[in-house]
Amino acid sequence: MSLETIVERQALVLNSSDNVAIALRDLKAGEEVVVRIGDSGLRVKFLNDIPFGHKFAIKDIPKCDYVIKYGHVIGRAKRDIKVGEHVHVHNVESLTVVHSVCRG
Amino acid sequence: MSRPTILGYVRPDGRVGIRNHLLVMSTVICSSFVTRRIADQVKGAVAIENPFGCGQLEPDLEVTKRTLINTAKNPNVGGVLVVGLGCEQIQADDLAKEIERTGKPVERVVVQEEDGGTPAAIEKGVRLLRRMAEEVLTQRPEEVDISNLTMGVECGGSDATSGLASNPVVGYASDKLIDLGGTVILSEAPEMIGAEEILANRAVSREVGDKIIRMVRKWVDLAASYNVDLVGTQPAPGNIAGGISTIEEKSLGAIIKGGSRPVQGVVDYAEVVKGKGLWLMDTPGYDVMSVVGMVAGGATLVVFTTGRGTPTGNPIAPVIKVTANPYTAKKMRENMDFDASTVTLGQEAIEQAGERLFKLIIDVARGKPTRAELLGFNEFVIHKIIPSF
Repeated sequence: MSLETIVERQALVLNSSDNVAIALRDLKAGEEVVVRIGDSGLRVKFLNDIPFGHKFAIKDIPKCDYVIKYGHVIGRAKRDIKVGEHVHVHNVESLTVVHSVCRG
Repeated sequence: MSRPTILGYVRPDGRVGIRNHLLVMSTVICSSFVTRRIADQVKGAVAIENPFGCGQLEPDLEVTKRTLINTAKNPNVGGVLVVGLGCEQIQADDLAKEIERTGKPVERVVVQEEDGGTPAAIEKGVRLLRRMAEEVLTQRPEEVDISNLTMGVECGGSDATSGLASNPVVGYASDKLIDLGGTVILSEAPEMIGAEEILANRAVSREVGDKIIRMVRKWVDLAASYNVDLVGTQPAPGNIAGGISTIEEKSLGAIIKGGSRPVQGVVDYAEVVKGKGLWLMDTPGYDVMSVVGMVAGGATLVVFTTGRGTPTGNPIAPVIKVTANPYTAKKMRENMDFDASTVTLGQEAIEQAGERLFKLIIDVARGKPTRAELLGFNEFVIHKIIPSF
């Protein structure tokens, strides 16, 4: 089943202070879309495949900086994350982690 | 516009239910089989099989007892048959006496007191329950104000669409019910980690705010005391596959279903809420355990969002399934009551979908069966705080 037939929006930024957006369809590496942030648009080229519902960076996020969604902190970058990169468990850690990349 | 009314069963203690169940409940796992056999033979009866009731240290025993008693006291229950073995920690007499305080009909059967063992106990239970059914099932519901409704809000099998669309839609309905004088229970304390400040800032007092922070902190410390990270449990593998990366992200998406109104107070697991408006309950994030706690806490209806698609119900409360994942809305359509994928797809505003959902909530509170009810889902699991001894 392909979502492309029913999805109009391709990605969504929930809060203007967020540094990630949510894919509203399966997005492919190398593909480009324009993400709306408030009144402006940002052209993003994907560095990885981004599955439906997953996040990608809309700003560069240096290692150990906060990842922001809903206008709130959802975790810290475990390594440098580039615009267009998949943001998920491989490069984000919860602030609650016992063994933190950032806290040492 | 006139206020919406629901069809309520007004109980002797004044509490109002929207269903009229005959409940058969075991005090201990050892009387569970007998409990089920009795319930199976009487129309309108539901069984709750308690897996504990013995070998429990006092604080843990207290949680089990409170859950059983408050479930039986829930106004969706019209009459109760308590089934005991005889030698267990939770005694049928104690449960029955406490439940009787509601003024509802309550009977008891204890296997070890019957001449002949379990067949005799089953026969006696069926006889008692049939007589009770004649009294309870003739009660008719009446038009009552919507403010009599207590709604539990739950999410399970969450994915990115839960925080994006289905939980905001439920949050809209929560606010609307509270503004009409009703009650909403938001649970799952571990799924408030990272969002506790938002809830504490909405507390009616500094004291309630501090209680929220302490409740959430306790769960963070508990996981850390085992030297394990939450990821893999919270979020669960299905959440992660659905795009949720951390517990903070899951929490921020989860608390939206409770709406935006002030937090009146915090209650313990399965403790009855102490007033109207929005209440928090300290339950695990394990969804069925949380639903059981909220229903014991007085919820007569549950709205349950699910991105991945979970079919669970409850023995005594209708559970409305909401999904905003367009795949799940199609694939699991027989288990879903409400499709909010229109919001995910940008075809409908949260407010519009929220109004649609609120209409469905009223319909269900007027007797419309949910999919979980029609399909017979009735999961029941009680929170445990100390290992059994």
